[in-house]
Amino acid sequence: MMNDGNVTLTLTPAADSPRPLVLTPGQDLRGYLAALLGRAFLFFLTFSSVLAVMLILVFVVIRSLGFLSSSSLMEFLASQSWRPTADPPVFGALAIIVGSLYVSLAALVFAVPLGILAAVFLSDMVSWKVRNVVKPIVEILAAIPSVAYGFFAVLVLAPWLQREFGFSTGTNALNASLILAVMALPTIISVAEDSISALGRELREASYSCGATRMETLLRVVIPAAHSGIIAAVVLGMMRAIGETMVVWMASGNAPQIPHPWWDLAQSVRTLTATIAGEMGEAPETSLHRGALFAMGVLLLLMTLGMNIVSEYFLARAKKAGGKA
Amino acid sequence: MRKAILSAVLVALATGTVARAETLRIEGSSTVGPIADAFAEYFKSVNPGLEITVNKNGSGNGATALIEGRCDIAAMSRFMSPDEFAKAVANKVYPVAWTIAMDGICVVVHPSNPVKALTSAQVRDIYMGKITNWSQVGGSNTPIVVISRDTSSGTYETFETLVMKKQPMAQGVEYVNANPQAQARVKTTAGAIGYVGLGFLEGVKVVPIDGVRPTKQTVANGTYPLSRPLFLFTNGFPKLGSIPFKFVTFYLSEKGQELVEAKDFVPVTNY
Repeated sequence: MMNDGNVTLTLTPAADSPRPLVLTPGQDLRGYLAALLGRAFLFFLTFSSVLAVMLILVFVVIRSLGFLSSSSLMEFLASQSWRPTADPPVFGALAIIVGSLYVSLAALVFAVPLGILAAVFLSDMVSWKVRNVVKPIVEILAAIPSVAYGFFAVLVLAPWLQREFGFSTGTNALNASLILAVMALPTIISVAEDSISALGRELREASYSCGATRMETLLRVVIPAAHSGIIAAVVLGMMRAIGETMVVWMASGNAPQIPHPWWDLAQSVRTLTATIAGEMGEAPETSLHRGALFAMGVLLLLMTLGMNIVSEYFLARAKKAGGKA
Repeated sequence: MRKAILSAVLVALATGTVARAETLRIEGSSTVGPIADAFAEYFKSVNPGLEITVNKNGSGNGATALIEGRCDIAAMSRFMSPDEFAKAVANKVYPVAWTIAMDGICVVVHPSNPVKALTSAQVRDIYMGKITNWSQVGGSNTPIVVISRDTSSGTYETFETLVMKKQPMAQGVEYVNANPQAQARVKTTAGAIGYVGLGFLEGVKVVPIDGVRPTKQTVANGTYPLSRPLFLFTNGFPKLGSIPFKFVTFYLSEKGQELVEAKDFVPVTNY
């Protein structure tokens, strides 16, 4: 406006302008109310998504209350015996809770080193041009429907694992965590790369000027400086893995057991998400079984909520660190 | 005036299915699904303008949908339970069963497995985890990989009733969520045992149970121990000559039997 030479400010409105420059009290009030209404409307729109989260939480908790009050919480958390359709039913979710954490953590073991190395490579080793081609392609991995990964797991990966490693079953914890690792990679690479490249040139140049090699710079300066963002990336990847349903339902074998010995990835496990998805359809509306599934939903919500808070904390720290550097 | 319009709208909504192009909503078992699909395709080809939707999300969901009035026909691979029946009656829904075909649950193993026959007690012990190696039932020294359908499928329920006799399955049993997936897992796993419908036997080896091999004859006449009827349920007896009536009695026609057989099930009229 200021640079536009054609505009001159006058106190009288242009002849064709419908708006008076001086408002009567009525017009003033109307304008004020309209603005207020607009604000309220926009606030409501924004708040409705917050409200949705709240309502989901309240709904899931309420639906699980019937089960939590009439059944033993101790049995739910400590027993490994999940027999919801037996008579009498036993709702021991320990093996399933462990299964969820088990495949997610195993997925991180594969995905984190790979993801961080790829992020460092993309941010510090290749040219900007290559990075701008490769990063979107990596992010496409996140757009593949999970049922497609599931089919791959059952029809390709499972027989391959049996053939190459002599596993008696190919749909097991290893299969599920490998697929989950691939699914978590785009998140980890993307967030970690963002935080590593946000550090800026100065840090790296200071390191080089002290005589550090590139490897020393990356390992001792860049990665430690970006640790907040990298931790956030890992937590986000973990959330992706623990909330995934279709892939684990198809790839993990769904046997409600804790692997024994604990490191044996070749055994089938079952996760919370797969149990909810697989059994919700047949669990009668007001039954204990339905309530137990909702209790699992509460557990999952608490887990992801906790992880979300952790990742928010570290992302905020990463932002601060990036700003300073 | 406004009330009159409102009630007119409500009546129109209530009888909406009549006013619109005729639709038939079928919901239920993924086992009965292929038959319902084949019937639906044939009905649509002879009645242009007729809309038929077939949802295959389990017998239990089919029963619930019929009870809640969300479908016209419930497809079920088991009979309606007393609980479901009581709920239906309380909802003023009167379920009428139509036995449209017979299905055999076949116990299948990998083609390379030398085991020739099993008893239903042996199958039960395998699923309970009492038998864990094929050498215990006359096979090679291979650990058994036990594969079951998910607990919300009608196939699981039938297997649980006919084989498990309500005994719990072992913790190490793997669950898959569809017949083709069970077939694929057994086909590719040397030590696997699983159970599928008659239509899913390609690439796997069928094991005779209690000395009876599952064939169309043994399933239709009930000598095969793991055979079961497949049902369609309607709300009350459908109006004679209506589309639902034609649909649930279609299995009696030659074309209907042909379609049932084409889907590898056994027509009930094949005694």
